Amino acid sequence: MARIRLEQLRHSYLARPVQDADWALKKMDLQWNDGGAYALLGPSGCGKTTLLNIVSGLLRPTEGRIRFGDEDVTDSPPDQRNIAQVFQFPVVYDTMSVYDNLAFPLRNRGAPEAQVDARVREIAVLLDLEAMLPQRAAGLTADGKQKISLGRGLVRSDVNVIMFDEPLTVIDPHLKWRLRSKLKELHQRIGMTMIYVTHDQTEAMTFAEQVVVMHEGTVVQVGTPVELFERPRHTFVGHFIGSPGMNILPCEVEHGVARFAGLPVPTANAAGGADGGKRAEIGVRPEFVRFAESGIPVRVVRVSDAGRHQVVETRHGDTVIRVLLEERDAVPAETAHLSFDPAFTRLYVNGWLAGEAA
Amino acid sequence: MSAKTVNHKAWWLVLPVVLLVGFNAVIPLMTVVNYSVQETFGNNRFFFEGVKWFDAVVHSTRFHDALKRQLLFTAIILAIEVPLGVAVALAMPRKGVWTSVCLVLMSMPLLIPWNVVGAMWNIFALPDIGLLGWTLNKLGFDYNFTRQPLAAWATLIAMDVWHWTSLVALLAYAGLSAIPDAYYQAAKIDGASAWAVFRHVQLPKMKHVLTIAVLLRFMDSFMIYTEPFVLTVGGPGNSTTLLSIDLVKIALGQFDLGPAGAMSLIYFLIILLLSWMFYRVMTLDEE
Repeated sequence: MARIRLEQLRHSYLARPVQDADWALKKMDLQWNDGGAYALLGPSGCGKTTLLNIVSGLLRPTEGRIRFGDEDVTDSPPDQRNIAQVFQFPVVYDTMSVYDNLAFPLRNRGAPEAQVDARVREIAVLLDLEAMLPQRAAGLTADGKQKISLGRGLVRSDVNVIMFDEPLTVIDPHLKWRLRSKLKELHQRIGMTMIYVTHDQTEAMTFAEQVVVMHEGTVVQVGTPVELFERPRHTFVGHFIGSPGMNILPCEVEHGVARFAGLPVPTANAAGGADGGKRAEIGVRPEFVRFAESGIPVRVVRVSDAGRHQVVETRHGDTVIRVLLEERDAVPAETAHLSFDPAFTRLYVNGWLAGEAA
Repeated sequence: MSAKTVNHKAWWLVLPVVLLVGFNAVIPLMTVVNYSVQETFGNNRFFFEGVKWFDAVVHSTRFHDALKRQLLFTAIILAIEVPLGVAVALAMPRKGVWTSVCLVLMSMPLLIPWNVVGAMWNIFALPDIGLLGWTLNKLGFDYNFTRQPLAAWATLIAMDVWHWTSLVALLAYAGLSAIPDAYYQAAKIDGASAWAVFRHVQLPKMKHVLTIAVLLRFMDSFMIYTEPFVLTVGGPGNSTTLLSIDLVKIALGQFDLGPAGAMSLIYFLIILLLSWMFYRVMTLDEE
C-alpha cells in the first residue's frame, strides 16, 4: 500500500491536442493518502473515468507522472500496479463458480492453493458470500455479481488501491444502501485506500472522507463534504452539490464591496481581483437565505415541498433566488425581502472564489 | 368450465401456415414415405413392399460406405472450420477501416453460388491447366484429383474450408464484438494471461453463436451435394461419393424410387438425431 501522487498530469484522446478543449483532463496535481476513502464526483463526461483508468493503468497519460509511494508507475500495465477496479456493470467469469471467481486473481499470480483457499474464505465471510461459494457465478443477481467483482479486488492482500467506477448504477435502490454501507464498513475494517467514482453526490458524500469534484476535465475542489457544502471554491461545486444547489447572482463590485440590485451585499471573502471586466457573482446556498423585513426585494414564484423542507423559489427581475425553509415556517405571499448570512455568502470571480482564482 | 369465450374463427388465421407447411414440407415428405414402402416397374403401377427397402438400405454395404465417408467428411471440416473460424475472428481488427475491409473480403466466398464454387475449384485444381494443380506438380508433388482418392479428398476439404470458414468467422466475430470492454479491463487487472482471457471470457461469451455455427456447418456439410458433384462427381471410383451423391445416383440414375425413398428417410432421421444431440450437448450446462 502506498500514497498515490499524480504530478502535472494531463491527458488527451487525440494524437495531437492543439486547443484547450482537446484535453480530456487538464493539468492537475493530486495526492491520495494511504488508507483514505476518496470520491471522484462530477457529471458525466467530466473526465472521472479517464482519471480512474489512468490510475489503474488501462490508459497511459499524455503528460505527467503517476507515483505509488516512491515508485513511478506511469508506464506499468495494470497487473503490475497491484490495484483493483470494480466496474459499473458487474464483471464475473460466467463459467466459473463464485469460489473460482474469487480465486482467479490469486491463481493467475501463481499463489499456492492453500493460501488461495484461506484468502477466498476470508473474503467470502467479509462479503457474506460464504453460502454461495460453490454456486455458478452466472446465476447470481446484479448485487451478488457486484460483490464478486469487489471480492476479486479484496482477495489480494497487496493491493495499493481499490477503485470503484460507479459501482451501484445497476443495483436496485433498496440494495444500494446496503452495499454502500458494506463498502464503508469494509474500508474501516481493512483500511485500504479506496477511490469511488460517481456522479451522485449522496453516494460521494456518504462514502468519502475527501471528495474530489471534477468539471470539464479540471479538478475544481478537493475537500471534506462539509467544506464542499460550506465553502465551495467554484460556482460549479456550489450548484452541483446541494439540493437545491447554490444561488448564483450576477453582481457588480464597487470599492471592494459586492452590490446586487443596487444594495451592498456583505461577503465572507474580500472582493480582490474583481475588476477589469471579469464576471463577478455572489454565491449563497438556499440554507443561508432568510426572509427579512428589509433587504433584496423579490417576488415569491413557487413553493415546493421537499419533505422536511420547503423550497421557495423567488425572483428579483430575471434572477432566481431559492430559499430553504423548515416545514412549518410561514411563506410570505407575493412580495418579500431577503437577507443572506454574511458568513456563508461568497463572491466569485470568473467562477472561482475571489482571492483564490486558479 | 372456464368462462372464456370460445371463438373457433381463430383457426382461419392459422390456415395459411398450415397450407404453406403442408405444401412445402409435409406433402413432399409423404410422397417420399409413399415411395419408400412400394415397388414399381413403371407405368405408374405400384406394389406394397412394407419395410423391405428399409431393411435393404440398413444392411447395404454401399450405404454404410457412403455414410462413413459422410461422417468423416463432416468431422474433418468441423475440426478445421470451427477452430480456424474462431482464430480468424480473434485476429480481426476491432475498429477502423480494416474491420469493414475484412468483413467484406470474408463474405465474398459466401456469396458465390455453390455450383460456381465447384466449377472454380475444378478448373483451379486441374493438374495440367489449373493454377493450383499445375503449381503443385511443378513443385514436385504428384497431384491429380481426378485419379487419386487422397488428392480428391484434400481438394474437396480445401474447397469447403475456403467456402465456409468465413461463416464461422463472421458468427464468432459477432460474438466477440458483443463482449463489453470492462471484461477485458477486469481480466487485465486480475492478471489473466491471453489464454485465460480466451478460456474464461471470450469462449464463454462466444458459446451461443458457436453453437449456431457448429449446427449450421454440421447440417450443411452433411447434406452437401453441389460442390463435390461438380468437382469430382463422386470419384475417382466411389471415393468421394457422399450420402447425397449416392442418393441422387440411386433415385435418378438407377430410378430405384423405393430404395431411394427409404434411404432419404434414414438420411433425414440421422441428420435430425445428430442435430438434436449436438444441440443438447452444447446447451447442457444451461439447465
